[in-house]
Amino acid sequence: MSSGLYSMNKREFDITFDPKRVKPYGDTMNDGKVQLSFTLPIKADEVAAEAAKLYAMKMGIEEPSVVHMSDLGVGYTFFVVYGSCVHTIDVTDIKVAKVESSVMSMHEVDEYIKANIGRKIVVVGASTGTDAHTVGIDAIMNMKGYAGHYGLERYDMIEAYNLGSQVPNEEFIKKAVELNADALLVSQTVTQKNVHVQNMTNLIELLEAEGLRDKFIVSCGGPRISHEFAKELGYDAGFGAGTYAEDVASYVVQEITNRKWTMSLK
Amino acid sequence: MSKLKLDPKQIGKARESAKHIAEDMQQFIDKHTTVAVERTIARLMEVDGVDDVGTPLPNILVDSLKKAGVLNVGVSYFIANAMLSTKLSPQEIAEKVAAGELDITKLPLQPQEQIKAQAQALAEKMVERIKSNREKRNEYLSTLGEGRKPYLYVIVATGNIYEDVVQAQAAAKQGADVIAVIRTTGQSLLDYVPYGATTEGFGGTYATQENFRIMRKALDEVGEEVGRYIRLCNYCSGLCMPEIAAMGAMERLDVMLNDALYGILFRDINMQRTLVDQFFSRVINGFAGVIINTGEDNYLTTADAVEEAHTVLASQFINEQFALKAGIPEEQMGLGHAFEIEPGLENGFLHELAQAQMAREIFPKAPLKYMPPTKFKTGNIFKGHIQDALFNVISVWTNQGIQLLGMMTEAIHTPFIADRALAIENARYIFNNLRSIGDEIEFKEGGMIQTRAAEVVAKAAELIQEIEKEGLMSTLEQGKFGGVKRSRTGGKGLDGVVQKDEKYMNPFIELMLSN
Repeated sequence: MSSGLYSMNKREFDITFDPKRVKPYGDTMNDGKVQLSFTLPIKADEVAAEAAKLYAMKMGIEEPSVVHMSDLGVGYTFFVVYGSCVHTIDVTDIKVAKVESSVMSMHEVDEYIKANIGRKIVVVGASTGTDAHTVGIDAIMNMKGYAGHYGLERYDMIEAYNLGSQVPNEEFIKKAVELNADALLVSQTVTQKNVHVQNMTNLIELLEAEGLRDKFIVSCGGPRISHEFAKELGYDAGFGAGTYAEDVASYVVQEITNRKWTMSLK
Repeated sequence: MSKLKLDPKQIGKARESAKHIAEDMQQFIDKHTTVAVERTIARLMEVDGVDDVGTPLPNILVDSLKKAGVLNVGVSYFIANAMLSTKLSPQEIAEKVAAGELDITKLPLQPQEQIKAQAQALAEKMVERIKSNREKRNEYLSTLGEGRKPYLYVIVATGNIYEDVVQAQAAAKQGADVIAVIRTTGQSLLDYVPYGATTEGFGGTYATQENFRIMRKALDEVGEEVGRYIRLCNYCSGLCMPEIAAMGAMERLDVMLNDALYGILFRDINMQRTLVDQFFSRVINGFAGVIINTGEDNYLTTADAVEEAHTVLASQFINEQFALKAGIPEEQMGLGHAFEIEPGLENGFLHELAQAQMAREIFPKAPLKYMPPTKFKTGNIFKGHIQDALFNVISVWTNQGIQLLGMMTEAIHTPFIADRALAIENARYIFNNLRSIGDEIEFKEGGMIQTRAAEVVAKAAELIQEIEKEGLMSTLEQGKFGGVKRSRTGGKGLDGVVQKDEKYMNPFIELMLSN
């Protein structure tokens, strides 16, 4: 009995799921429904509403409906738009680079190290460059961890060093050598104007210049980092949103075994 | 103990007045029957199906009585009599009537006691079936368990029952406790119930017995999977109010929208028709263990939520008394109200809190149905999501029973699958985070909240005494509820109301009320 305007549109599309032509789902297969919100730097009037609609159409949105617009006070207008997107995606043809290691629990990682490496491993992490945010590196390294996933400091067989934020790349490398690290973790949270790309590339360049690149497993993490992106920049692995200490630890210990850095070989 | 320091004498008096109003109406109700009541009886005697042009057999049977001018004797009488003379089952009789091979009004009449006994036997059979559904539900509740109150109630409304199943199962997995299948636009004004599984509807899906069965099965399956009984809700209103109740009872629905006055006010159904229909529908719902949801929230979509708050309370008192008359225990009375105060009002939240807490204290055992903001949803989905959050805060604070989750896309479209997921996440976060706030926080003596509640109770008591004096029908004629005026002889469906003959029988009412 609640109110609300109902869509009376007649549905004239095939409602069979096709993995080669996947479309967004609102309430019916292949209805293509998407929700957009954006701001146009023009004043809020009829022209603006029409502009938002036409802009949505350029994005491939059919029958766009501007359900909300509000004046942001400086001659700009905020919109909420719904419509059906015409584009489809073939999900059978997508290749994604994934970190190729199985994920173990904290306890399993410790057992794995004892059984396969035979010594404590050393991990050094930092939020490098200008990045002052420690939330990412703390989530992975600190004792308490994040969302119920304990950090590397709690692992019996891992010596974890969290260097904190705004650590210059030179200092990071110096510390890694000093601690005889197995793995380096670089955290990048703020990614405004892609400053993180520059900084991350710079670390790899410095390591290569000093002939140290092969001495460490170098991985990075952050909300906008993917494994594929990390590989492009010359890292061994990348960890995006929704990954925890055990994902990183599992990868590192398995990679150490792959590289045969067990016992005193390193 | 009252946190609002409400005046128990005033409440008692209002309740007493409501009781008189309901008793007064009951005299009218007891003297009348309707085409919908008779079709319901035919369905409860297991007449189902449609003829070759899609007319439901219960309609064909009842229309044949109406045509012969004997609707006032009731369909029980003629079905039972026809069984005695033809030895056929009610379904076979209905099929023959549909084929034009039999006129049940022209068969020789058997002795009255035999007819009565035959009708009674049919009624007992169905009453047993409904009872076993009730037991099945209780068994599920004791083995699977259920979500904590406030129950999370969401709607599905794709128009296609099979697509609804996908959405409903997704919602249950996301945490929903009650799934309501919204009916297609205009179904409440059909004077018949469509038949079979349906895949075409606008803004909702036809309520049919087959659709009920499909969704019931889907919810039982997902309930087993998530380890929680998932309740199914539909809409027992409009011109087929008692028929929907009967179908719901047969297919184990758990919750039904079922208001005594809603159809009159918001669907312009004749008041005599609705009052008679609502009684039988509620007898069935009460017996089937269905939680009814009343529709007071709707008043506030047409009238101002601050000015007219007392009409909600007055109507809750009346709905409560009508429900008691129909044998519905308090635990099955989902009396309705809504979070509909204009969001720009200073301290509007405090008014909402006062109203919700007041309903909680006045109807302590009722699983109150709390409706989300709809009237002031704008299309700004981000603001809408926050309005819903405030609504969720009040609900957990005042311990509401059934939380009809607000959708941020209210006023835009019937919910997308993701809208529902976000709404459930919103409610679960707030309910968990504020779980015991109501036990911890008391209201300031004589402060805004207590004062507001006292004011609403006083005005409601005054209104209800006025209705008692004037009678419910003339109150409706004057537009006292929802600002909507309805005439006693206007609206739809009056020609389906007749005064009962002295031979009239409906064996279900007594059986259901005494069980």
